[in-house]
Amino acid sequence: MFESEFMRLAFAVGAVIGVLAPAVGFFLVQRRLSLIGDGIGHVAFAGVALGILLDVSPILTALVAAVAGGVAIEWLRSRRLAAGDQALALVFYTGIAAGVVLVSLAGSLDVNLFQYLFGSILTVTRQDVVVVALLGLAGLLCIAVLYRAFSAVVIDEEGARVSGVPVGFLNVVLAVLAALTVALSLQIVGVLLIAALMVLPVTAATRIGWSLASTMLLSIGLGLGSVFLGLTISYYADLPPGGTIVLVAAGGVAVAAVGGALQSSTR
Amino acid sequence: MQVAPAVELESVSFAYGGGETVLREVDLRIGTGEFVALAGPNGGGKTTLLRLVLGLERPAAGAVRLYGEPAERFSARDTLGYLPQRASLALDAPVTVREIVAAGTLPARGVFGPLRRADRARVDEAIALVGLAERTDDQLRLLSGGQQQRAMIAKALAGRPRLLALDEPTTGVDAESQEALGELLARLHDDLGVTILYVSHEFGAVEHHVERLVLVRGAIVFDGPPSELPGLWHDPSHVHV
Ligand SMILES: Nc1ncnc2c1ncn2[C@@H]1O[C@H](COP(=O)(O)OP(=O)(O)OP(=O)(O)O)[C@@H](O)[C@H]1O
Ligand SMILES: [Mg+2]
Repeated sequence: MFESEFMRLAFAVGAVIGVLAPAVGFFLVQRRLSLIGDGIGHVAFAGVALGILLDVSPILTALVAAVAGGVAIEWLRSRRLAAGDQALALVFYTGIAAGVVLVSLAGSLDVNLFQYLFGSILTVTRQDVVVVALLGLAGLLCIAVLYRAFSAVVIDEEGARVSGVPVGFLNVVLAVLAALTVALSLQIVGVLLIAALMVLPVTAATRIGWSLASTMLLSIGLGLGSVFLGLTISYYADLPPGGTIVLVAAGGVAVAAVGGALQSSTR
Repeated sequence: MQVAPAVELESVSFAYGGGETVLREVDLRIGTGEFVALAGPNGGGKTTLLRLVLGLERPAAGAVRLYGEPAERFSARDTLGYLPQRASLALDAPVTVREIVAAGTLPARGVFGPLRRADRARVDEAIALVGLAERTDDQLRLLSGGQQQRAMIAKALAGRPRLLALDEPTTGVDAESQEALGELLARLHDDLGVTILYVSHEFGAVEHHVERLVLVRGAIVFDGPPSELPGLWHDPSHVHV
């Protein structure tokens, strides 16, 4: 399958998001914000629609919308203007509603849109790969540098706050990283399924990890594995990549749950 | 020039979100290097008082100062150590004792600071101090409740705080370990001059070590050496004023 250029490009983008999505999702899940990726995804959809309407790169507008949505959710949450799930719901529905309205204004409620909702491997260009690689590496670098700080916050937020760890700043950084991940995954996985790639590998890894660090690395391994396996299956079986990748990741959760149960019964 | 006390509350009153007044007109000065036990009945306001001191809550009236600075804008936060009440972990992922205690060294290192050899030594030392050396690389969830509590105490110690605030640190901790914790805190206090605020409604473990007992029940109802505590209050969880 690597003789076709579009598959090479899809794998290149897949490699980046396969690592980035679970790495970011890891901390979201620990902070019980698993659904934030979904909320941001829906705002990103509005961004895509705006891009189509204005005839500029939908990825770019999605990135801007996603960052705005992510920061808005975090702001509502931290100001206690709304409980976490209500802040999410507000942003979530506003995003999808704005998206639908903008798309129909642009007169493109068609297949073109479908690919952003569920992902497509045929649309990745060389230029996209460069953008995804650069932004993705920046995101990964950020997580690598802040891994211990993020860990300290998930382990004991109040204790960290008292001792002067900039918890609010770290939360905003995490929201921006989540937004970045959503925007970069748009093409391959699609806005409706990207959150799954941030959450499912972490869920699976939690069952088999033996420390925070090992769970993080297992999450990344499982995320990458799901993307590669999902893309391969989608190529040969002619299936939409987003759905296939997520089904593989969900299968990973099932296998890990059984594995984890066996592990603890033999201990 | 007079040295500012470690903790200073001036006619502080507080209520949660416009509800009933939880603390009324509290005046409290705690000097650097004091070892103070805060006791009182459930709902008396001990945790609230601690949160005010640490700048986690703002007083409705009055002023709270840490080393002379307003508590919520205190600048040298890495010198503060806090063990929240029932500090159970909120996360589902497996975490080892070492990882938890290492998180306690982050404030001193800074957000971008690497974990150096000296920090690792400090982590091992804190774990040994609470008697968990053999469980260092075990997952927290495989430890007993009391052992988990001791791991959280080690985390608070690993940051080498100048002011240590412990909220019910001995919940679920057996008598022997309580005794050991009392000894440990006394050593930190005597040798390193650490200021210690020890909240508990039973302060048996530190009774011989503290020099000052503050009873909190909506206000401060007693403040003095434990020996001067009126007999009828000797079980502070039964203080009814
Ligand atoms: N987050 C909160 N929101 C509203 N009211 C609160 C909150 N936390 C505590 N309270 C109220 O404040 C009062 C004091 O509570 P606090 O937790 O300070 O008591 P405490 O002395 O620490 O009790 P305990 O021994 O049970 O730990 C109680 O009446 C409680 O109902
Ligand atoms: Mg309390």
